[in-house]
Amino acid sequence: MSTRLPKGGRLIDRTKPLNFTFNGRRMQGYQGDTLASALLGADQMLLGRSFKYHRPRGLVASGAEEPNALVGLGTGSRFEPNQRVTTTELFEGASAASQNHWPSLEFDVGAINNTFGRFLPGGFYYKTFMFPRFAWKHVFEPVIRQSAGLGKVPQDRDADRYEYAYGFADLVVVGGGVAGLAAALQAGKEGKRVLLIEQTAHWGGRAPVDGVEIDGRPAEDWVKATVEALGKMANVTLRTRTMASGLYDHGYLLAYERIGDHTPGDGRPRHRLWRIRAGHVVTATGAIERPLSFAGNDIPGVMLAGAVRDYVVNWAVSPGDRTVVVTNNDDAYRTALALTEAGLIVAAVVDARASVTGALPDAVRAKGIRVLEGRGIAKVKGTKRVTGVSICAQAGEGAEIEEIDCDAIAMSGGWSPVVHLWSHCGGKLIWDDARAMFRPDAAKPPTGDDGMSMVTAVGSANGALTADEVLADVAKQMGGKAAKTNSVAEAALEPVWIMPQGAGPQLKMKMWLDYQNDVKVSDVQLAAREGYHSVEHTKRYTTLGMATDQGKLSNINGLAVLSDALSQAIPQTGTTTFRPPYTPISMGAIAGEARGDIFQPLRKTPMDEWHGANGAYFEPVGLWRRTYCYQRPGEGVHEAVNREILNAREKVGMLDASTLGKLIVKGPDAGRFLDMLYTGVMSTLPVGKCRYGLMCNENGFLSDDGVVVRLSEDTWLCHTTSGGADRIHGWMEDWLQCEWWDWKVYTANVTEEYAQIAVAGPNARKVLEKLGGMDVSAEGLPAMEWREGVLGGCRARVYRISFSGELSYEIAVPASEGLALWKALIAAGEEFGVMPYGTEAMHIMRAEKGFIMIGDETDGTVIPQDLNLNWAISKKKADYLGKRAQERSHMASPDRWKLVGLETLDGSVLPDGVYAVADGVNANGQRNVQGRVTSTYYSPTLKKGIAMGLVKHGPDRMGEVIDFPADGGKVFKAKIVDQVFYDKEGAKQNV
Amino acid sequence: MLILDCPYCGVKAEETELQAGGEAHLKRYGPGSSDEEFDGYMFMRKNPKGVHFERWRHAYGCGKWFLAARCTATLEVFGTYPAQTSAPPADLQAKIKSKRPNWEGYK
Repeated sequence: MSTRLPKGGRLIDRTKPLNFTFNGRRMQGYQGDTLASALLGADQMLLGRSFKYHRPRGLVASGAEEPNALVGLGTGSRFEPNQRVTTTELFEGASAASQNHWPSLEFDVGAINNTFGRFLPGGFYYKTFMFPRFAWKHVFEPVIRQSAGLGKVPQDRDADRYEYAYGFADLVVVGGGVAGLAAALQAGKEGKRVLLIEQTAHWGGRAPVDGVEIDGRPAEDWVKATVEALGKMANVTLRTRTMASGLYDHGYLLAYERIGDHTPGDGRPRHRLWRIRAGHVVTATGAIERPLSFAGNDIPGVMLAGAVRDYVVNWAVSPGDRTVVVTNNDDAYRTALALTEAGLIVAAVVDARASVTGALPDAVRAKGIRVLEGRGIAKVKGTKRVTGVSICAQAGEGAEIEEIDCDAIAMSGGWSPVVHLWSHCGGKLIWDDARAMFRPDAAKPPTGDDGMSMVTAVGSANGALTADEVLADVAKQMGGKAAKTNSVAEAALEPVWIMPQGAGPQLKMKMWLDYQNDVKVSDVQLAAREGYHSVEHTKRYTTLGMATDQGKLSNINGLAVLSDALSQAIPQTGTTTFRPPYTPISMGAIAGEARGDIFQPLRKTPMDEWHGANGAYFEPVGLWRRTYCYQRPGEGVHEAVNREILNAREKVGMLDASTLGKLIVKGPDAGRFLDMLYTGVMSTLPVGKCRYGLMCNENGFLSDDGVVVRLSEDTWLCHTTSGGADRIHGWMEDWLQCEWWDWKVYTANVTEEYAQIAVAGPNARKVLEKLGGMDVSAEGLPAMEWREGVLGGCRARVYRISFSGELSYEIAVPASEGLALWKALIAAGEEFGVMPYGTEAMHIMRAEKGFIMIGDETDGTVIPQDLNLNWAISKKKADYLGKRAQERSHMASPDRWKLVGLETLDGSVLPDGVYAVADGVNANGQRNVQGRVTSTYYSPTLKKGIAMGLVKHGPDRMGEVIDFPADGGKVFKAKIVDQVFYDKEGAKQNV
Repeated sequence: MLILDCPYCGVKAEETELQAGGEAHLKRYGPGSSDEEFDGYMFMRKNPKGVHFERWRHAYGCGKWFLAARCTATLEVFGTYPAQTSAPPADLQAKIKSKRPNWEGYK
């Protein structure tokens, strides 16, 4: 069993016990524990089930590389799935639950997959579910969905808050072990602005656990002194619990600080996402120990040797009473020594190397521990817990030499430098044959904007193994003098990729490479046999390294097995791509403060407050919020819209049109410029008049529309759609700055400088006349003209333009006067029956008039000619943006779908976006189509459904009835009609 | 997350302040051009692994469009310059040539 030792534990405070629960069971740990050490101390070895076979799984590691021990942590609004217990600090009241099992952790029905494992080999997704075709949707997918996925989705809104922070430093040192501390100290002394970050809550890394002495004192003391010295430097910032998640272009480093994970509910932000710009980055990220591939290496109780040492030394937790150490290197002997020192039994050290000499093995032998040379593990005994091992010759095929009882196995296959940050932004790796590891290739570093290296890897992250090597490497690369340590000489490791070397298929089927995704040695070999020669393809075929641990333990072993199967050297196989984040970061941290009311900026018009106080039902339009309709008490949205339309048609309505884009174009060449921008001619527009214009992109497609106003000899005002103002302003600047830079033109986006109100309806003139101050008579202000003056005390520009088909004025006033004018109009209009109307009424009224709407009738593939807008396209102009594109044969084809009106035979409303079908089927066996609906509404004016659509040869087919099948099998029959449903002669607006 | 120096306002601008505008030094073809010319202008874009010229706008800064020469493989920035030119400045071309002797020129 695993248990808490009576004494020791450098990180725990036994005077501060903490209570927590696992699957509802009460347990106790100490301040300083991780959830992993606390669980292990409470003899909870079985922590979860694997993804595919639902095999029992326990802790393997003690840090971020842990593949198995994921739990659902917290409850309610603080629940989060897939939390790694090895990186979760214990806190009072923590509540954890295991995942991926049904009905219970101890008894799992899904484990039947394990029995039938031989029928679920690598790539089984691709093989099994191909045929028959229908079976995917009806049989396979529902079953897979049921069993797929890790953890549960949180059901409540996250109770915590998150934030972004920005950091700048000459040098960011990632990793607070002795290498990182030494590097930061040297850079700090040189006066550089240094940021040192460490992912755990503690400084010092592995050195204190490994019994390192620096300058004649224990590493722990050296660490303490160094941190103190760094703390006194004004130019150095230290930050624990901060994980460098990714390194991107030009020294952009993302770091994830877990501020409040261990103190939930204390009011501080839970996580902070640091967006750091680093002059240079030092990666002192250490190394991760590799598992060994022997049969049954996934049974709970089999752990990494370094992790076993960590649990014993850091947290005084023993993973087992009787441990077998299995290794191919000297370092694992430190685990045997640490266990013995804690009074635990080491049954044997099984070393794959034929002959083992050296200081560490000698020290172990001196303790009376058996060292078995040239031996391996043939098989692990046990199911939910290790009960023993079968020993064999490493050079053989697995014949049992002896059996050793044990309840824990500490394995070490050597160490792999953590090269993620080095690799994220283009740093290359080289294979170090002597150490059997990929390490950073200093000749091919990631480069910054100056073309120079932006990362230096130091210490174990650079392939150094002993403390001496680590500190010498830091001194060599960072400057300064390396401190002396108590390192002893270590013999070279012997690469061992499977154990025993001649293992047959039965054993290989039980050798796990990827614990979380259940990928075994046999799966990778199968992939190689089936032709997956690229490591990237093998990864995807077998799912090796695709779990939430992203292959931190499995990648090197997996690609070594693949290389062996392909009979090629490991560097020839290469590695898969390292991508950020290094370990998963929370969605909350990514969102930061951007949630709820401040998810995005909200643009409000000057009259917004009035709308809110008068029943406005808002809708988002870009970042603006606009009034969809004004609801009266007890009134539904659709009734409100219909009332607003009928009132505007019969009396008078008011629309807040302030969001309309307003761009000033000014200068001696402004007219020439606008002639290029619009399909029509704007240079000839007389001062005082307005003209409707269309803008296309260079591909010929309609991009925006609006009324252009000539303000003075050299000044035009271009109205754009509400969502298009910034885009069109940028479009103008692009052409002025990059193509016609010798043209003398200025532009300005004045959208927010003006409030704009449309007053539309038979009584519109009466309302303005009552307000007084300007001549708005038919003669004084004819249609498509504008005048400037003072209206009701406000400085106004009045345009006689109509988007509703009614007698209509649009009045622009300085934004500061918008609310006053709105209120004045409401008051003046009372006796004439004025009512405000919203965007939906505007949309329906324009559709009744057959006016197009950008985004409804256009979708980026529609040219003005499709919409019968040839009248707005100049035939005289030699050029305008989009003209050349519209000359292409497909654009000029008579077979293009063209705009028409559509009217259902029974008066019902066509569904939006439905297609009109034609006879026959296309090459894919799909029904041919001949048109689609672009706008469709119920018209309260005409008391029936009206629609517009694009139909093949539409304008030539007036009166023809075509079919629109809709969801649920219903077929709408609609007649092709003129798109102008209301007042085609314009009698209503020209009065 | 590139950093580019805006040649107008002098600000060292981060990518979040910038708007990308695709390949630089395109020649516009309008009415009267052949289908091949128009096709080339509209659709054919270089995608080199190496030296590339790009349009960028300091959108959340001074608003100006400028051009940048950089290496798409190493992310090295050779220089930025105003957009009002039809060819990269001679000194910049010389600098690129010295750093990338095999570079075949911007055309």
